[in-house]
Formats: sequence, structure tokens, C-alpha cells
Amino acid sequence: MGKTIAEKIFAAHLRDRPFPGTQVLDIDRVFCHEITTPVAVCDLAARGKDRVFDATRIKAVIDHVTPSKDSKTALQAKILRDWARRHGIADFFDVGRNGVCHALFPEKGFIRPGYTVIMGDSHTCTHGAFGAFAAGVGTTDLEVGILKGVCAFRDPKTIRVHLEGVLPPMVFAKDVILYVIGQLGVNGATDKVIEFVGPVINAMSMESRMTVANMAIEAGGTSGICLPDRTTAAYLWPFIGNDYADIDDAVADFRKWHSDADAVYEQEWRFDVSALAPQVTYGYKPDCVKPVTEMAGSAVDQVYIGTCTNGRIEDLRVAAAILKGKKIAERVRGIVSPATPKIFQEALAEGIIETFMSAGFCVTNPTCGACLGMSNGVLAAGEVCVSTSNRNFNGRMGKGGMVHLVSPATAAATAIAGVITDPRTFCTA
Amino acid sequence: MAKNFSGPAVFLDRSDINTDEIIPARYLTEVTKEALKPYLLEDLKLEGFDPQGEKLARAGVVVARSNFGCGSSREHAAWAFEVNGIHTLIAGSFSRIFRQNMFNCGMLAIELPEADLEKLFALARKGEVTISVDLENSRISAEAAGTKEAIQFAITSFDRALVEAGGWVEFADRRY
Ligand code: SF4
Repeated sequence: MGKTIAEKIFAAHLRDRPFPGTQVLDIDRVFCHEITTPVAVCDLAARGKDRVFDATRIKAVIDHVTPSKDSKTALQAKILRDWARRHGIADFFDVGRNGVCHALFPEKGFIRPGYTVIMGDSHTCTHGAFGAFAAGVGTTDLEVGILKGVCAFRDPKTIRVHLEGVLPPMVFAKDVILYVIGQLGVNGATDKVIEFVGPVINAMSMESRMTVANMAIEAGGTSGICLPDRTTAAYLWPFIGNDYADIDDAVADFRKWHSDADAVYEQEWRFDVSALAPQVTYGYKPDCVKPVTEMAGSAVDQVYIGTCTNGRIEDLRVAAAILKGKKIAERVRGIVSPATPKIFQEALAEGIIETFMSAGFCVTNPTCGACLGMSNGVLAAGEVCVSTSNRNFNGRMGKGGMVHLVSPATAAATAIAGVITDPRTFCTA
Repeated sequence: MAKNFSGPAVFLDRSDINTDEIIPARYLTEVTKEALKPYLLEDLKLEGFDPQGEKLARAGVVVARSNFGCGSSREHAAWAFEVNGIHTLIAGSFSRIFRQNMFNCGMLAIELPEADLEKLFALARKGEVTISVDLENSRISAEAAGTKEAIQFAITSFDRALVEAGGWVEFADRRY
């Protein structure tokens, strides 16, 4: 019987099967940020086990609230910083070099096809875009990951999602994944891996694939996975150039991680995106999704562009193309957070930052910021934000606030109009 | 560290209760579990439920519908129950990360089939329900206003081993 990519990665990393149905895997990358890691490292210290399994395989960043906004967040940052120094974790990213974890770590070349990755952050599934098994875990799993380099999972069951057709203009990876979550439901992939395949994925950049994989957790998925190909190899080339003769060689090697033709799936879904319209969420769950046209005209107080879902350069380019030469509506507060310093610098060089600022946007430093309602754009009760992030939970961006999830194009169009707006209104193509 | 798996139960009659509702992000700046105590379920809006109420303060068990604990990976959600003396959660289903966090802390996240879960909710309509969990025999005993229910449950061998060991750190430290 053939294997799925997840089953192949599990087999290659199996350390122990303590019980039927449970696999303890060796972990290639343990990622850390300042919200979920401090309790883990304090607990290790309290147990007299202030050690790390391998400092080169641990990467850490301060990203959720940065620079620190108050004494409490300063303490969290300090605990992480001191710990990283104490253990010689060379890849630690502090103020000035830090950015949103799931944008920063791929950009630094820390992921490879076939890797196992854990982090105390549910959107760790993002890294599955590279053909890795990447899962969000809690602080205790993180703690054991830091100490022993292992993590336990149930046997991986996979849902395969085929994305067929060609994306219409002004319809993007974000619209695709919102639509898919709307179809699967917030519980549709719980405890399962979602494997995204088909011509739509094949045609996507790594940035777009990360947008798709990022939201696998919103359907309950353990990891979202794309099969590694030439696009993956080209993105990683600066980091893997010494390991392969040429890109063809890398692409051929990556094929060892592709699911077998006779692999067994729990479920198969097929969607043709050729007639897909821009999507928006309307409730407090990410599966409450409908076409933007059905919500067009609703008033908005804030537009937020950024996050691990849509704060990458390609997202900023799309938004800036719509904003160029225009002003955002008087009643709207526009906020953009480029996800990493590199993205910020690229956006500066390309004139994108200038476009945002001339349109009336506030440009913040790279951080999660408003996404989880901790800084840089928290909503007041009763306020509405159209956001390129991934969660619309009640109170997520501030107590009593409402969040509508959209693509960067829809966010930009909405900022200009001051009400929820279909970006195709601005499509001249 | 022995956990108490019994006590008065609070019923949350809703699916998809997420970890932002269990413990909002604004409290994630705390670096100790104890500090989370006053904020459990603060953002949960549900008819008849009061996060500051005396019922939640006395509870030892919480019962809810499906996909409980979805969303953020924050273990703060499991800790917020733990420091409030609630070491057993019973639901139709849990999100993967939340369920794992509970067992990793040596606590119980018990999934029940619809019909069994309904028996508990039916009991709750009679009056206050007290639940006790017999881990050894995989049995839940529930009682309200003189009516009793006994329900068998199943957890994996791994989950059971985590509870018995007191959590994943203890288990993993011994074994790896
Ligand atoms: S940007 Fe938002 S969803 Fe992404 S890691 Fe940061 S807080 Fe989490």
C-alpha cells in the first residue's frame, strides 16, 4: 500500500511507538516565540532541566508584541532573550531583525521538504507549504521538544483537496482557502493533515502556498501540506545550492516526499476555482464565508493588512497596485504591517511603502500586532475591522470588536471605499 | 501531582468554543499559570452562563458540545481550567491541540458520542449535576436531583499513560 507525504515523513522520523496509534517523532525544527515559550523554559528551569536538545535546531523570535509595549510583555521578551543567549541559540531574532514567525523562518531558509517542525503556535501549519510536516503544539509539547527533540502524534490521516481550474483576476490564494474552509467547516479536518494538490497549487508562488497552508488549522487540520516541486526548490535555492548539482537535481530529490499514487486518503475534495469570487467571513468562525458581493457596502472602521497569512511582499504588491494614486476613505483607519524586515525593505525599494503612506495608511514595524488584539490596532467594542489575518473569533482583535477576513486586494478596495468592496471594482484588466 | 477528576459540573451548550473565548489574548502576557485564574471563559457569551458566577467557581468538571478548544494553541486555555480546579472536560469532540494540552498536563479531555453526551445534558435540565470519573474502569457517574447515569468512555492508551504519569514532561523525561 502506498504512502501519503505525511506518512513518509512520519516513517522517516519515527523514534518510538509507545502505544498503537501513537508515534513519537524526532523533530528537525523547534520554533519559539515570546508568548508560549517563556512558561516552557521557566518550567524547565523549575524542574532543574534548563537544557536544550540541540541549539542549532531551535529558532526563536520575538514577534507577537514587539517592541515590548509594557512591563509584562517586556518580561516575556526578556525571558526568551536570556534563554536564547544562555543556550547559544544563534538564530534568535530580536527588535530590528524580527518579524512574524511564519513569514520570517521560511525566508531565513529554515525549512526543507520532509522536515518535522513544531512550534507553540497554531499557524505552524504554514510551513507545510514546503512539503514539511509542521504542527502547532501547546507549551508542554514545546517544552519536551526543547528538552528532548521529540513530539507525539497520532498516526497521520490525510484529507486531499484538489484545486482545479484557473484563478480569475482579483481572486487570490486567500479567497481559495477561505472558500475551502467554508466547505470543510471549522471541524472538518480535526486531527487530520490536509494535502493541497492540483493545477491551482502548482501554479502558486511559495507565498501563496503559505497563505493556503497557514489556514489549514482553521478547518482543524494538524498540518497543511503542498508537495515540494520546482517552485519550492527555486525559493530554497539560496540555502540548498551547495547540496544539489542544480535545481533539476533538487526537484528530482524532492520527489521522494511525494505521495504515492496508491496512497490512502480519509477524504477527497475537488474544487474548481475558475468561477470563484473574492470571499469574506461574516461571523465569529472562519467557516462563515461568503462572496464579498453579498456583504458589499457594510461600514468598516479599520483595515488591517499584514500577518502570517497575508503580510508577505506579494500581498503588499497586490494591495499597493490597487491603492496607487488613491486615498483611503476618511472614516477608515488603514494599518499595514509588513511581516518581516526583508519584506519591509523590498516594499520600500519598490515604492510600496510610499504608496501606502500617500494613501493614508499607518505603516508599522513587522509584528503580529493587531492580529491577536495585543498592540498596533486593537479595536474598541462595536468596531469593525476588515483584515488579511486568519481568525475572526469574537474579541480576537479587541473585546467586542468584529473582524472580517479577506484577501489583501479586498482589504485595499475596502480601505478606499470605506465600506466592504469587491476588488474587481478596481480591476482594469 | 494527583488531580481531582470529580465535582459539580458546568454545562456549556455550544459547539466550537475557541481558546480566545476560554482565555483572551490580552491575558497571554502572564508568565505564571496562577495569574490566569480570574479570567477563565471571560469572553464566552452564552445564555445563562456567567464567567464570574459562583457555579463556575465551584465546578470540578465542564461539559460542552463538539470541537471544544479550537483555535489558538495557547496552553493557557488548559491552565486556566487547571488553576480553577477543573481537571476534567467532557465534550462531543475536542480540537487536537487543546485535547493534547489537557492530557499533556495530566488532565482529562473525554470525548463522548452524541447519545451519551445528551444523557448528561438531559440530567442538567433536572438540576445541578455532580460528576465523578472512575479512570480505572473508564466510567463516568453523574447525578442530579436523585437521578443517576453511568456512562462508559474511551481514551487512548497513550492519553491514559499521560494522566497516570502526571503529564507529558514526566512521561517523556523517563522514556527519551
Ligand atoms: S500573525 Fe496572527 S495568526 Fe500569525 S502568528 Fe502572529 S498572532 Fe498568530
